[in-house]
Amino acid sequence: MAGSAETPAPPAPPPGPPLWLLAELTYKCPLHCVFCYNPIDYGRFQPELTTREWVDVLTQARALGAAQLGFSGGEPLLRDDLEELVAEAHRLGYYTNLITSGVGLTEKRARALKDAGLDHVQLSFQDSTRELNDFLTHTRTFELKQRVAALIKAHDWPMVMNCVLHKHNLPHVDKIIEMALALGAEYLELANTQYYGWALQNRAQLLPTRAELEAAEAVVQGYRERIGNRCRLLFVVPDYFEERPKACMNGWGKVFLSIAPDGTAMPCHNAGDLPGLDLPNVRQQSLASIWRDSAAFNAFRGYGWMQEPCSSCDEKEKDFGGCRCQAFLLAGDARAADPVCSKSAQHEQVVQIVRRAETPQPISQPLVFRNDAESRRLSAARTIQD
Amino acid sequence: MTEDALPLPALPACPKLSRLFRLQYESVQEAWVLLYPEGMVQLNQSAAEILRRCDGRRQLADIASELETLFQVEGIRPQIDALVQEGVRRGWLS
Repeated sequence: MAGSAETPAPPAPPPGPPLWLLAELTYKCPLHCVFCYNPIDYGRFQPELTTREWVDVLTQARALGAAQLGFSGGEPLLRDDLEELVAEAHRLGYYTNLITSGVGLTEKRARALKDAGLDHVQLSFQDSTRELNDFLTHTRTFELKQRVAALIKAHDWPMVMNCVLHKHNLPHVDKIIEMALALGAEYLELANTQYYGWALQNRAQLLPTRAELEAAEAVVQGYRERIGNRCRLLFVVPDYFEERPKACMNGWGKVFLSIAPDGTAMPCHNAGDLPGLDLPNVRQQSLASIWRDSAAFNAFRGYGWMQEPCSSCDEKEKDFGGCRCQAFLLAGDARAADPVCSKSAQHEQVVQIVRRAETPQPISQPLVFRNDAESRRLSAARTIQD
Repeated sequence: MTEDALPLPALPACPKLSRLFRLQYESVQEAWVLLYPEGMVQLNQSAAEILRRCDGRRQLADIASELETLFQVEGIRPQIDALVQEGVRRGWLS
């Protein structure tokens, strides 16, 4: 798109394609998980895109090179046009992933999704026991999830089971693995809670001790050696226990593109919490210009935005300075090094948080369940403190 | 069978791409890719040409002779065995 012959050269090479598109179809959810990664103020991402608008997003992203597509939420099955969107995505050549709590996946819808060409289902569980599963989600969904798992297998989809781990279910990790094996999952994601959004509100209750974490990791390793390729076990350690940050999103605006229910485009699904980031919307702008030209997607691309110790760090090309959201939440500055890094001046804060988890604290506040009332209360206060 | 004594674990006679993986050409990447739940691997040309022929019908020797004709080279069987072995290890092939 040449404007004039004298257009100055762009400051950085153009970004590669957004290979991964996450379509957060709705933030409505029948579950009320205490570690939900949706924005605290999810209510503001309305009105939801129409079917037609989503098809347009899928078409544009595919043209840009997106190949992996996650239908997520909230609970994506709450959209009654899910089958239509999957069919369109399949026609466009995406590999389609449904990321679901299982609530709403009936035999009828499963068949329709199979016919539409859905490639894979990721089913979340909260624990291997009914008591904890149902407590943490504030629902009665444990048996339902077992039925849905059987339905996924009956339709011959590869099944990824996802269980978010924390202090309360880490001791059950063996039972969680046994459950995944019994249900025939090909992959089990044991993703430790990361502390953003709702989980941050509940950090004091959810953060495990290092010993609890290491014990669980040893159990996982034992299973890996025994079961081989039958089910791949992924165990993601919470950032707080690391000395180096994760390469968050594989780099800002590098491969990952997330679209919120109202069409807000985000380089990471937590980006809505970063101050001063003017997030573009697919209702106002083409996806190509959002991806290539928008200020938000360029804010942390490359290395020019970095401060010390990142800017002179010989590992910056490996981890890109870590997570911008975590830098903001812990260091108060989205351009700072992720305080998880031991080179960060703020790292001591993380060390202290982990140390506090070692000694039982009197419970100072009840667990905060994700729901509309809490969302309104927290959005009004909007003060996130230790 | 004493697998330890062999230089390589036994290879499938007619390797087949696992149903968990989908092989497709991505024009934006100008490459073949393997797609699987929440992941993607970009393949180089030779890996792509081998994997495209892992249909559960062709034998390793068939794949080798086809590719030798296609690329007008000889003696690529070891390369094919190595990739198939790696594919089995990663769960792409059985």
